[in-house]
Amino acid sequence: MMSVTTSQAVQRESWDGDTPASGRLLQPGLDVTHGQILYLDDISVSFDGFRALNRLSLSIGVGELRCIIGPNGAGKTTMMDVITGKTRADSGSAFFGQTINLAQHSEAEIAQLGIGRKFQKPTVFEAMTVQENLELALAGPRSVWASLRARLTGQQRDRIDELLTLIRLGEQRARQAGLLSHGQKQWLEIGMLLAQQPQLLLLDEPVAGMTDAETEKTAELLLTLKGRHSLMVVEHDMDFIASIAGKVTVLAEGAVLAEGTLAQVQADERVIEVYLGR
Amino acid sequence: MQTALSLRLAHRIGPLPLKLAGAAILALLLAMPALHVWTDPASSLHVSAYTLTLVGKILCYAIVALAMDLVWGYTGLLSLGHGLFFALGGYGMGMYLMRAIGHDGNYQSELPDFMVFLDWKTLPWFWQGSEHLAWALCLAVGVPGLLALVFGWLAFRSRIKGVYFSIMTQALTYAAMLLFFRNETGFGGNNGFTDFKRILGYGIAAPGTRATLFLLTVLLLVAALAAGFWLVNSKFGRILTAIRDAESRLMFCGYNPLYYKLFIWVASAMLCGLAGALYVPQVGIINPGEMSPANSIEIAIWVAVGGRGSLIGPVLGAGFINAAKSWFTVAFPEYWLFFLGGLFIATTLFLPRGLLGLLRRHKEKA
Amino acid sequence: MQLFKPLLLLLLLYSGLVAASPLTELAHADPADRAGLITQWTVQADGPRRQAVAALEEGRLFTSADGNHVLLQGTDGKLSDVDNGQPVAGDAASLDALPVNNSVRSALEAFHAAGDLADPDRSKRLSAIQALQDSANPGLLPLLLSRQQQEQDSQVRQALHMASARLQLASPDAAQRLSAIHTLADSADPATLSLLAPLTVAASEPEASVRAAASQAMADIKSSQWRYNMLGYAFSGISLGSVLLLAALGLAITYGLLGVINMAHGEMLMIGAYASYVVQNLFRSWWPGAFDAYLLAALPVAFAVTFVIGMALERLIIRHLYGRPLETLLATWGISLMLIQAVRMLFGAQNVEVANPSWLSGGWEITPALTLPYNRLAIIAFVAGVLVLTWLLLNKTRLGLFVRAVTQNRRMADSVGVPTGKVDMLAFGLGSGIAGLGGVALSQIGNVGPELGQGYIVDSFMVVVLGGVGQLAGTVTGAMGLGIVNKILEPSLGAVLGKILILGFIILFIQKRPQGLFALKGRVLD
Repeated sequence: MMSVTTSQAVQRESWDGDTPASGRLLQPGLDVTHGQILYLDDISVSFDGFRALNRLSLSIGVGELRCIIGPNGAGKTTMMDVITGKTRADSGSAFFGQTINLAQHSEAEIAQLGIGRKFQKPTVFEAMTVQENLELALAGPRSVWASLRARLTGQQRDRIDELLTLIRLGEQRARQAGLLSHGQKQWLEIGMLLAQQPQLLLLDEPVAGMTDAETEKTAELLLTLKGRHSLMVVEHDMDFIASIAGKVTVLAEGAVLAEGTLAQVQADERVIEVYLGR
Repeated sequence: MQTALSLRLAHRIGPLPLKLAGAAILALLLAMPALHVWTDPASSLHVSAYTLTLVGKILCYAIVALAMDLVWGYTGLLSLGHGLFFALGGYGMGMYLMRAIGHDGNYQSELPDFMVFLDWKTLPWFWQGSEHLAWALCLAVGVPGLLALVFGWLAFRSRIKGVYFSIMTQALTYAAMLLFFRNETGFGGNNGFTDFKRILGYGIAAPGTRATLFLLTVLLLVAALAAGFWLVNSKFGRILTAIRDAESRLMFCGYNPLYYKLFIWVASAMLCGLAGALYVPQVGIINPGEMSPANSIEIAIWVAVGGRGSLIGPVLGAGFINAAKSWFTVAFPEYWLFFLGGLFIATTLFLPRGLLGLLRRHKEKA
Repeated sequence: MQLFKPLLLLLLLYSGLVAASPLTELAHADPADRAGLITQWTVQADGPRRQAVAALEEGRLFTSADGNHVLLQGTDGKLSDVDNGQPVAGDAASLDALPVNNSVRSALEAFHAAGDLADPDRSKRLSAIQALQDSANPGLLPLLLSRQQQEQDSQVRQALHMASARLQLASPDAAQRLSAIHTLADSADPATLSLLAPLTVAASEPEASVRAAASQAMADIKSSQWRYNMLGYAFSGISLGSVLLLAALGLAITYGLLGVINMAHGEMLMIGAYASYVVQNLFRSWWPGAFDAYLLAALPVAFAVTFVIGMALERLIIRHLYGRPLETLLATWGISLMLIQAVRMLFGAQNVEVANPSWLSGGWEITPALTLPYNRLAIIAFVAGVLVLTWLLLNKTRLGLFVRAVTQNRRMADSVGVPTGKVDMLAFGLGSGIAGLGGVALSQIGNVGPELGQGYIVDSFMVVVLGGVGQLAGTVTGAMGLGIVNKILEPSLGAVLGKILILGFIILFIQKRPQGLFALKGRVLD
């Protein structure tokens, strides 16, 4: 199983380049006939006896904005790890669209397939400028050879300008990313995600450390993305969730505890129990 | 094209004084072989064979330091085994030089002396073709490259990084040293290769040969610097720094770091091999001592002292430390290790960006 | 000569009838029979026979000038005829002494050895038995059997038993040969293989059942020899592994705790070894009577010195490099260079001599095929002790609790009030101190020189890589595994190729388990 994956990876990341396969894999043809872009079924993960995910099943519809909440240790980050290929599930399956089994792909391949991820702690390339950060993230061929010959096209420049406006960092484009404020780094990371043109965005605590004004702006941004992209947002900030969410999923002890609108889950006895303790 | 490239280089190198200093050093380096060949030994302008060899040797080290910097300074992979690639390149060239001795060895045999001494009757298979300089150069570049490819593929695939990677590379060069110490390995054991007579028919110690080898070394260094500038300023170079600073972010951007690391790692090893191939005919000896872990780790300190993550830094560092070494080992041999050890500590504690960082800071203050 | 033979025979008969003194008997025996005669006497040696044998051995018996008589040179140098004791004029120097050929010489050796069989000194008896069995003379069998009845010491009795079995192999009686083969099969002594070999071929052994038994016995001995060889490798592997463990234990603790590799760790071994050298010299000059106890005094000294050096390093240098593991690696390498050079200037670049105390010299012989040297045994026991202490320290003390807490989650430990700075310093001191103890152990089995530590650094890193960090069990398994595999590969591949093979194995191993054997699989935070 593993060896097959590796040889596929080798073929795909071939040395010579911008063959179509090395660019935007399958994206236009992603099979979403059943209206679901992500489908997790019966997934379990354990670390040395601790069950981080316990037979978790979850699906996200095309164009949906889904919020995931849950107490610490509920398995939210582990779930994202499984989707993005960082952690392998012990059992169960994860499908992107109808046909792509995520367990067979590496992190880089999954990102190329169209799943973008923002980390809990904002990670950008601090030694580079804001613009260079976006350049690296821009969709396009990912091979060594292509990177040696890469020149920015006019189209790409326009795209970067567009993104800079969207994430409100136009003024900072030539600044080193390491010098940005925490909230600005969060935005830059979101901008990098969008530069990849993913179909599904996983956002791990996107408003942590932001001011109220920044949080509000972020909520606006996410709402504009909804529909064009599918989003999965993990957050603790209930006001923020209230401002964006249609549907909320509550995770506890590695499994789905409740699903519904924010008002519905907030009224759920079991949810109150796990949050307040018994 | 040539001018454009050099202009761009000049632009990148930095402020005017630095540019002038660089140009002066380059001019001096180019003048040295001429002064060695065409001036009278008694004249005060004459560059002695000793000086030329010493500087040539240091230039080879500078190339190695540059290669090291590409993987450490830019990509964040601290190799403690780069001496191995350098030595392998040297051995590749050494094989040719041993064959070029012909019948002039102590035993007047077709075979190199050490093989006669071991009572071998025929050349081992891996010595076949080594009488051709071209093939020897292929070996000098190809063997380090191949070894780096295999080792790098295994190491990067299983995501070995940080100190783990460092100590694995150290173990690699250590194992190779033990292997080359054995007589049966077929590379002269303890003594390695020495007593070379000629290269392409020219006497190895003839002033013309020395001058040519020296010039080639200068050219290789300049070419390596130019290639380095081009590389680190391309998108590829930015991906290398991205690997150094936030590898997992890069992966989630859809890049597979494996191939980028592998590319720069193999290129660096091949550059070291070339440097080794130029080093051996100038210095006149290659033995397994070059593979000792201590030698490899010293390369890291050249880079650190000069300033990693820059291209001029490692060249400066290699020059400074090796010049200091040749002075110390004559003047105060017993204090050299204290100086070197102190340099390791002081650089890491007080000069994280090396001498170049110091210069820059000075400039920023002014 | 043909002419004289009947005459000689007559003479011999005559003298035998008349005197039959051992001396005349020996003197007139056919040279070819002399060895047999001596062997006969060996079984029942008495005074006159001893004297006769001594005369022959000392070269005091000569053939007279006419060849018809045998002359004895007395202690005074005078010659006399052995047959009648009449003095004979003449000079011994001009006469030929009775020849002592190889068979006679070995018979003589056996004769003397037989005398020693009853010696009160046990080791003399054992070497006598050895000499007798080497003579391979079946005539000695009765002697050995009778001694076997009288011998009190069980080990000596066993030796007699084996020796007689060896002699019985040449017995004409098939049943005796068979029982001898059975006895030898139990011995597991590799030397018996060559004795048994002739009994497996039809040319030298007519009896089929004996041949079968001999082949079986040889197979048994070979398999037990193989077992002992394996035991021997395992032992030297464990002994190498325990040395590696001492070198790697401290490294694993500091690496697990701080995530830094201390390249000067090997130098702590070296300093520990030099500490025992200094303590040894102090004892030699001030308390020579208590010299054997110097090693015990060296342990706390070595630990204290390296503990303090380790803490100082942590405080002065390593502390300032936290979060920059690669820089720490380089800085500690610089420290190691300085330490090596300092020791070189203090003690010289040559190896210094550290003597084993008398209670560590020699070894424990389990079988002839397997001897375990005491110094290696002591090191294994010592390492086990250090391991138990370390385990107790890490698992039963408050410091250990802190160390484990910081290893698992530094920030959390910090915020619940663990004095992480102090814990780092103490743990670094502890790791260095353990290496110092390792140095004392190393001084007992190898050379002590300034480069001592450099030889161990790569191997102990490999132990850490193999075993993973944060778990004593991993380090122990890694060290023992490396030690044993190393020693098993060594005889067939040579030390160097064995090492290279192991390195290749480790590289492949971390493809499968990058975290090492025993590392916890946890959620990695980026």
